[in-house]
Amino acid sequence: MTTKSAVSAAVLAGAVATALASFATASPLSKAEVKAAMDAGKEKCFGVALKGQNDCKAGAGTTCQGSSTVDYQGNAWKFVDGGTCTTMDLPGDRKGSTTELKRDIPS
Amino acid sequence: MKDSERRLGYAAAFTAGLLDPARPPPDMVSGPGGKASVRRYAVYRNNVTVSLIDALAASFPATRRITGPDFFRAVARSHIRETPPTSPLLFEYGRDFPDFIERYEYAQAMPWLADVARVERAWLDAYHAADAEPLASALLASIPPERLADTVFMPHPATFVVRSRYPAVTIFAANRSGGPVGRIEAAGPEDALVTRPGLDVFVRHLPPGGAVFVSHLISAKPLGAAAAAAFAESAEFDLSANIAGMLNAGAFTAAQPGERA
Repeated sequence: MTTKSAVSAAVLAGAVATALASFATASPLSKAEVKAAMDAGKEKCFGVALKGQNDCKAGAGTTCQGSSTVDYQGNAWKFVDGGTCTTMDLPGDRKGSTTELKRDIPS
Repeated sequence: MKDSERRLGYAAAFTAGLLDPARPPPDMVSGPGGKASVRRYAVYRNNVTVSLIDALAASFPATRRITGPDFFRAVARSHIRETPPTSPLLFEYGRDFPDFIERYEYAQAMPWLADVARVERAWLDAYHAADAEPLASALLASIPPERLADTVFMPHPATFVVRSRYPAVTIFAANRSGGPVGRIEAAGPEDALVTRPGLDVFVRHLPPGGAVFVSHLISAKPLGAAAAAAFAESAEFDLSANIAGMLNAGAFTAAQPGERA
């Protein structure tokens, strides 16, 4: 490539240093910390999904997608904003739960 | 003849006409008293076609939302007849669907549609790709500055770049979420970087030169050459922002000076 030498080592080093500066304040996160951070905004919430709307975006041919058959099915979950699961109000005095529920299970 | 061979022969004879309504039903299917069985066989034809249309609808929800269900069924049905699945894993089906949309006579008024479908296909491939730990910034920091130019990167299995002459990322994002779709003001070309550093797939809009930069790194070109190619592509290319961006996105898993291991 004719432009191969167009970027000098100094430019590269400066760019990498600038890029890394935005990460420098934090030491590398452990796997568990990364997972905790990724999950922080969302929690699994059982019993709040409308039928067929439970979260699973695995595409066609997978068994979980849209598999809940009744509204607010107790053993189907979807991701909700962290902290909102057990406080959201649902029709019929239902509440969500971060663990599986026994209510609204299709027969 | 072995049992398994007999079964395969039966399946081959039975399936031959499933996706081709012009073919007669296979001889082994017959109605009472050996009567013709077009309607009986049509049940299978219908089930196969409908399940494959549903499979494409599940994998391309934004595309379907843009076209509406009726148009989507039509384009999906045409694609299924031309390119039936080759894998029993249905989430693998649809790799050729974006190219088909691009050629599809009635989709010519929506030239961006194929690119939105490409972003959706990349999304699903990222979703099903192997898990891997993204590159730690400390590792990049540990490479001596004079070796950076020939540092090569190992792409994360879930990393994909989709280039578009249209605002495919904006259209994808607007139609992939559940909310209402307002007027889309974006008009220029948009390149997508699809990654899955953890459990969630992310689709980012790459800045100018970013697609060339990341694509070069994915194909094992060293950092210096990738940066040079990106500057050649766009005068607006911001090297440090793009390095920070690809680290943030979790697009790579490892970096080392010299050849890729």
